[in-house]
Amino acid sequence: MALHLAAVAVLLAGAALPLALSRWPSVALATGTGAGLLGSALGLASAVSALVQGGAGTISLPWSAPLAELTVGLDPLSAFFEVALFGLALPAVAFGGTYLRPHLGRRGLPTFLCFQNVLLAAMALVFSARQAVLFLVAWEVMAVASFLLVTFEHEREEVRSAGFVYLAASHLGTAFLFALFILLARGAGSFGFDAYAAARAAPAVPAALLFALALVGFGSKAGLVPLHVWLPEAHPAAPSHVSALLSGVMTKAGLYGIFRTLSWLPPAPAWHGLLLAGIGAAGAVAAITLALGARDIKRALAYSSVENVGIIALAAGTGVAASARGATAVAALAWAGALLHVWNHAAMKGLGFLGAGAVAHAAHGRDLEGMGGLLSRLPRTAGLLLVGLAALSALPPLGSFASEWLLYGALLRSGVDATGGTALLAWLALAALAFAGGVAAIAFTRIGGLALLGEPRGPGATAAREPSAGLWAPMAVLAAACVLLGSFPAAALRLASGAIAQASGLSPSLLSAELSPVLSALSGPMRWVLAMLVVGGIVLALHSRRRRALQGSAISGTWACGYARPTARMQYTARSFAQLFLEALAPRALSPRGRITPPRGLFPPSASARFEERDPARTHLFDPLFRIVAVRAARLRRYQADRLNLQLLYTVATLLALILALALRS
Amino acid sequence: MTAWTDLAFILLVVSDFFLLASSRLKAVIRATGAQGVLLSALALLLARSEAHPVHVILLSVGALGVKAFLIPLLLTWAMREASIRREVDPIVGFLPSLVLGGLGVALAFAYAGGMPLPVPEQHPLLVPAALSTVWTGLLLVVSRRKAVAQVIGFLVLENGVFVFGLLLSDFMPAMVEAGVLLDLLAAVFVMGIVIFHINREFSSLDTGKLSALRD
Amino acid sequence: MTVATAVLHLALALVLAPLLPGLVNRVKALAAGRTGPPLVQLYSDLARLLRKGSVTSRTTTWVFRAGPAVGLAATLAAATLVPFGGATALFPFGGDLVLFAYLLALARFATVLAALDTGSAFEGMGAAREVTFSSLAEPALFLGLLTVARATRALSLSGMLGPALPEAWARFTPALLIAALALFVVALAENARIPVDDPTTHLELTMIHEVMVLDHSGPDLALILYGAALKLLLFGSLVARVVVGTARTGLAGTALFLLSLVGFAIVVGVVESVMARLRLSRVPQLLVGASVLSAFGLVLLLR
Repeated sequence: MALHLAAVAVLLAGAALPLALSRWPSVALATGTGAGLLGSALGLASAVSALVQGGAGTISLPWSAPLAELTVGLDPLSAFFEVALFGLALPAVAFGGTYLRPHLGRRGLPTFLCFQNVLLAAMALVFSARQAVLFLVAWEVMAVASFLLVTFEHEREEVRSAGFVYLAASHLGTAFLFALFILLARGAGSFGFDAYAAARAAPAVPAALLFALALVGFGSKAGLVPLHVWLPEAHPAAPSHVSALLSGVMTKAGLYGIFRTLSWLPPAPAWHGLLLAGIGAAGAVAAITLALGARDIKRALAYSSVENVGIIALAAGTGVAASARGATAVAALAWAGALLHVWNHAAMKGLGFLGAGAVAHAAHGRDLEGMGGLLSRLPRTAGLLLVGLAALSALPPLGSFASEWLLYGALLRSGVDATGGTALLAWLALAALAFAGGVAAIAFTRIGGLALLGEPRGPGATAAREPSAGLWAPMAVLAAACVLLGSFPAAALRLASGAIAQASGLSPSLLSAELSPVLSALSGPMRWVLAMLVVGGIVLALHSRRRRALQGSAISGTWACGYARPTARMQYTARSFAQLFLEALAPRALSPRGRITPPRGLFPPSASARFEERDPARTHLFDPLFRIVAVRAARLRRYQADRLNLQLLYTVATLLALILALALRS
Repeated sequence: MTAWTDLAFILLVVSDFFLLASSRLKAVIRATGAQGVLLSALALLLARSEAHPVHVILLSVGALGVKAFLIPLLLTWAMREASIRREVDPIVGFLPSLVLGGLGVALAFAYAGGMPLPVPEQHPLLVPAALSTVWTGLLLVVSRRKAVAQVIGFLVLENGVFVFGLLLSDFMPAMVEAGVLLDLLAAVFVMGIVIFHINREFSSLDTGKLSALRD
Repeated sequence: MTVATAVLHLALALVLAPLLPGLVNRVKALAAGRTGPPLVQLYSDLARLLRKGSVTSRTTTWVFRAGPAVGLAATLAAATLVPFGGATALFPFGGDLVLFAYLLALARFATVLAALDTGSAFEGMGAAREVTFSSLAEPALFLGLLTVARATRALSLSGMLGPALPEAWARFTPALLIAALALFVVALAENARIPVDDPTTHLELTMIHEVMVLDHSGPDLALILYGAALKLLLFGSLVARVVVGTARTGLAGTALFLLSLVGFAIVVGVVESVMARLRLSRVPQLLVGASVLSAFGLVLLLR
């Protein structure tokens, strides 16, 4: 626990130092990055040791703010999420150290470094806070710090607008959290998390209301559909290592909040779980479809984050519903899948965003249609990104396959054993998950195949060169994490078992009994099959290489079906790759709106195709909503005081009214 | 015996799926004809030993004659006569209507057991299969643009009602047989289509062509 | 003992896999009134290709060269999960059907990336079709297998197709018939057969699987052809075992299994002889239809 406080202290010191050293930008960069690395390493050590020991005790420090106490603690659930936080922060901060070097001359750089470390410290406090006010303060600091990081390149218009969307979404979410925590405190009589948990049997207001508040408040941070609108805006705008942190960890903070809230409410009825699972499954399918229409590589990855959050929500919801039914085997599998996917997603999405950043940096743009041929130009970076894309498609032998396999296992078991409507819903969820997996394969072969393979489609991609090891080495660490999580999923499950027990509400002994067949399958036959896969792949690849060397291999142009002079512009584009799916299968609302002028006549003058991406949650839900609110709010403007005394009068009147209300009530 | 009844009900539902997914009008017409054959077989298979044989045979033969032969022939004739295009042309696409149909069938089969029925079920699949067919018919009527396809939807709906009717055939045989006559309404629809097309194309009614109805 | 029989059966399947496409072609030739190529044509093709040199495009990278190897390795790994004959699979475990589906997805991922690596518009087109249609085949496969799993109350392929199957057939005949039909449709789609794709077409614009491997030659093409034959055999043995539905072990089981595979090849050949390839825009209807059918089969099991 002391180690954890030391980590936070180092991070806060690392926030102050770059500001003090802002006269010497390269020194500021080095200290800021160094402190971030040191703090993350300390934090990772404390989180892992807490996870191994099954939780570390809480520490309270005096704090004079009203209603607040500085109480932090690392129970298994907190430690589990902190492992994801600091495990991803290490490579991301290291990546940032190199990535930010071209920006050394910028005035905002020391501030950026300051807030980068503040963000890490705030997220650590969000995961470890044991008191509502402290949690909310950390939550707000996290939101503001990440807003300032997202708007690093604020001279660009789209970055400012993305930052604004993010800020609005974040604050609306926090408003719901305030309501949630105050209502919980009314039942518990205190703002401490222990008091919340102790009073879970008798909440002051209906548990359904509290669950709904948590779902909206935390869901907007997690990116549950349709509250996900800030993700596809903020992630492309932010520098890549920040996108990796936002997507890999901050969305998980929302999920952490939902999981934590479940432990403060009475044992949830099945429909809470079904609601969560339904939102998750529908969101996963919708989001991955939206990813197909995205031209911006980081925007596509942002939608994939929404998809993965949906998958985790589906797993958690399945677990909640199964617990309510008493199907502990299903609940254990589902929660194991949900939590393991948190780690896997942190690793693979971190890898994806770092890779996308490095690739976009090398190709001078994030537009998929301008990339191509990058694997031959930057073999290390692009090769590592390919590993990330395979992981995002949940392919064996990588980590995300193991966690999705657990979720499939839960749904299969529920679909085979349950009766009536429960079985029906399990089948529906299984079909949705399989479909989302199939669409994810389209989305990631699209990114991999069109950005990294083939011939370059633009001048930026043609001139791209391999970046320095400072950029690809952190990616290699994350790729190794994906491979390790895939090779030793049983070890990861054993490590996480305390957190799984805590999140699922199952007793540890029952959990280990329910998980033991899974563990033996993971470390027995499945490992043999995956080993065969790896060995077989290597042997076959070496064999064909030897045959090619022995029997001769000629180099020629690509076969273009008889056409003699194919050019790079004749390749399939990212748009055309997704077209069949978007036009034949996807609902119209989820595919980009296109304006096509086809070539006409024997000597066509000019032809064009233009597509505009749109997110139905924005165009059909939030934009009209906010427009109405804006119109209504404009009417209030009449009462806006243009003189200070009038403004003060309003304040005094409000105060008086509140005092009067209090006096009347007592 | 019960295996055959099972098979007939399942084929009925499978033909529902086919109707929702198929894009070729001719195939759709043929599928309604096949449903007619299935219904006629079901009327025989579900008959109780104490039922009056004349009624049972009347019902079966009536269904076979009207649903399996007369109406499909009439529809094919209308297609040719009014030179209707051979594609179905849906408002709601084939995939969404297929998925909707599947969901409806799933719900029908999962929850039909809870329905209050005036008489005991003769067969566990009867009510869900009837509900599924009614649901398919409704979907077809709502989601297809062409009048012929809508008539087919109506026929499918009617087929579903017929299956429900088999539940009651012991009590009110005459009512159920009269239900077969409902199909004549569909025949009138078909004539309406033909007349409408003739009207539009030649701006007059060629009664000579209408006399072909007699055969 | 069980491991030894599993290994023997796996070896038998690996050796016999190239025979299956030959059988299908022979049936098609007979139906068309031709003599057709010899049954062992694919063996001689493979031997010839393995001895040949190869031509690679200068656009390509290691992804193109690794594609066939990864694809075949994944299919081989999937073969260790499928029970052949009366035996159980080499590595059976609860939930192995998910691994089976995802190993085939890995093979597809590798093939698609190898196709895109050439930068050819035709191969990009084939790749786009392959991934789009497989996104629909995936739910159909899962639902079909789930129907069998629910009927037999087992979660591993070997358990589903093992001793519990005959009893399940006795109790749930209609549901299993429907599941077998849906799985057969998925098998046709996954193996690029008519009515989804035409393996013999000579027009690149209409192909799906064949157009993706246009640029592969020599030993790499041999790996691809063998992988395709093996995949057909895997799906064939799944469908055949669901349909035959006995739990006979030993030599009789093996003989029955081989006979049922021949039957599968004949049915595929007949389907290819009497049907035309569907228009591309109609393929999704077929695949979603297979999903809905399997769901219907499942619903029948609810009662």
